[in-house]
Amino acid sequence: MPPANFEDKLEMSNRTKLQDAGLDWASDIFNVLTNQDVRQVTYVPDGGHARLITLVHQSGTMRAITLTTEEEGVALSAGAWIGGDRSVLLMQSSGVGNCVNMLSLIRVCKIPFLTIVAMRGEWGEVNEWQVPMGSATPAAFGLMDICVLRADSAFEVAGVIKAAAAMVFDGGTPTAVLLSQRLIGAKAF
Amino acid sequence: MLNRRQVVATLLRNRESLVVVSGLGSSTYDVAAAGDDDKNFYLWGAMGGAAMLGLGIAIAQPKVPVLVVTGDGEMLMGMGSFSTMALQNPPNLTIAVLDNGLFGETGGQATHTSGVTNLAKVARGCGVPEVHEIKTYADVAAFADKIHDPKKGLTVAIFKIGQDMPPRVMTSRSGPVLVDRTRRALGLPMS
Repeated sequence: MPPANFEDKLEMSNRTKLQDAGLDWASDIFNVLTNQDVRQVTYVPDGGHARLITLVHQSGTMRAITLTTEEEGVALSAGAWIGGDRSVLLMQSSGVGNCVNMLSLIRVCKIPFLTIVAMRGEWGEVNEWQVPMGSATPAAFGLMDICVLRADSAFEVAGVIKAAAAMVFDGGTPTAVLLSQRLIGAKAF
Repeated sequence: MLNRRQVVATLLRNRESLVVVSGLGSSTYDVAAAGDDDKNFYLWGAMGGAAMLGLGIAIAQPKVPVLVVTGDGEMLMGMGSFSTMALQNPPNLTIAVLDNGLFGETGGQATHTSGVTNLAKVARGCGVPEVHEIKTYADVAAFADKIHDPKKGLTVAIFKIGQDMPPRVMTSRSGPVLVDRTRRALGLPMS
């Protein structure tokens, strides 16, 4: 092994560390959701969502709802809307495939559906088992005609979430935001 | 064995503010047969999602009693829902499972409840605080009187029903129509 030089260290940092550039992007997401009056936050956790989930549990206005599988969150978002609440589903990319049939409910009933997906299986992923569903995530949403937006860096998170929330809650277009693994950081073994 | 139509008609008698979600297939026909209502939300798909749809409404509308009427096959597909609803524990939510041990819509194949699975035990094991197995009309009537109180506590009831298939009763299948009429009935603006 050659001695690690500066570029190697930088590359290691890019692969395994949070690319937050000092920005608290999880708080940015929380603030957009608060401003949009989102009340029900359903999730199957991911490390990339951990800080946001903590903020939601501490919130006085949002209800944090832990799921056993992601499609529960899709059905919950329809019920929340029928009952008058805005909601968001937080999940990891591997959960997107679990949602495909339940997304029929979103399409047929025209539910304002927002989901934020922490990506795995892309930038620097060392667990091959995460790669097939991670690679197929945008296409899986596309199959069910869910609009897909993406945030690759900390400074663009707030803007992308704001744009997605407007499309969903003002425009009625069901939308998924993918938070890049480059933003979140790859999990190291 | 109980008659499914009679069970559902009894549950929905004298309803006032009750919101009803029906699982796809026979449960939707049963709820429709008891009389259409703007506060009926019929599912025609989304198998496994009925209980979670009811949970979303119950959390959003804590003063309104919410009843989910579904079958054993639909509930088996969303069995994790028992854990999710128990953790939230909304007092205004009731799940009524019409258990005939059959996938009725697809040719009457036996479900797991015909063989080895006891949904009441599953619900208890998942932490649902109040679970009933109902086998008599007297118990159906007593249960029906309690579901309108939004403070009564999260409840799951498994009704042991016969395997006959009453005639289909059709309802609107338009998602936006069904969503908007229930929202309006709850005093909410159109989507």
